[in-house]
Amino acid sequence: MAKLYSRKLVIKTKMLPKKETINFILNYSKALKVITIGNMKLETIVN
Amino acid sequence: MATSYQTPDALLVKNYIAGDENALALLINRHQSKIYNFIYSKIADRDIADDIFQDTFIKVIKTLKSNSYNEEGKFLPWVMRIAHNLVIDYFRRNNKMSMVRDNDEFSVFAYIKDDSDNVESKLIQNIIESDLQKLVSDLPNDQREVLVMRIYQDMSFNEIAEATGVSINTALGRMRYALLNLRKTIEKNKINLSV
Repeated sequence: MAKLYSRKLVIKTKMLPKKETINFILNYSKALKVITIGNMKLETIVN
Repeated sequence: MATSYQTPDALLVKNYIAGDENALALLINRHQSKIYNFIYSKIADRDIADDIFQDTFIKVIKTLKSNSYNEEGKFLPWVMRIAHNLVIDYFRRNNKMSMVRDNDEFSVFAYIKDDSDNVESKLIQNIIESDLQKLVSDLPNDQREVLVMRIYQDMSFNEIAEATGVSINTALGRMRYALLNLRKTIEKNKINLSV
C-alpha cells in the first residue's frame, strides 16, 4: 500500500479567545488613561 | 469591515495611539487566532491561555498608550514576543516545563483532516497520528517547538524566529534537525507509517 507521507498535514487550528476576554481587553483599553507628568507616567482607570 | 484588512498594522497602531479605539479591535480581530494558538500550544489549558492572551494585550495597551512603542511595522512579532515572555513567566511561576499532553479538550492531532469515511483509511490515520505524536514528543524541546509552530500553527520562519527570540537561521536549522531526527528515529526503529 502506498505510503501516506504526501498527505498534507498542515493544520489550521481555529481556536479563539473567549468573547468575554476580548470584551474585557476592549473595555480596559477604553478605560485606561496614561497621564505623563514630567518623567512620570501615571495610569488611571476611568469608569 | 472589508477595508480593515487592507489597512496596515502600522497605520492601525498609529490610529489607536491617536485615540481610535476601533483600531485596537481590528488589530485583535486580525491577529487573535495566531496569538491565541501560539499561547495555547504551550499551555494546553483554555482558561490559562485566555488569561495570558488578556495579559498580553494589557501590556500592549499600556505600551501603546504611554507612547513607548517603537517597533513600527512589526506589530505581530512584537505581540508574539510579549506572549512568549508571559508564557515563560507562567512556567517559571509554576516551576514546571512546558509539555503538551492530550486531554479531553485538545489533541494536536485532532485537527488532521481526513476526507474519507473509509474505515481502513481511518485506521491508517489513527496509527499514523499516534506514531507521529510519539515521535514529535520525543524531539528535543527547541526542535519540537519550531516544528509545531511551523507545521501545526502554520507560522512563517520569520514569525517563529521572533516568537522564540532566535535568528531565522537558527529556526530553520532547528526545523531541519527536527525533520532529520524524525527520519532517523523512523529508520532506526523501523517504524512503519503506512499500512
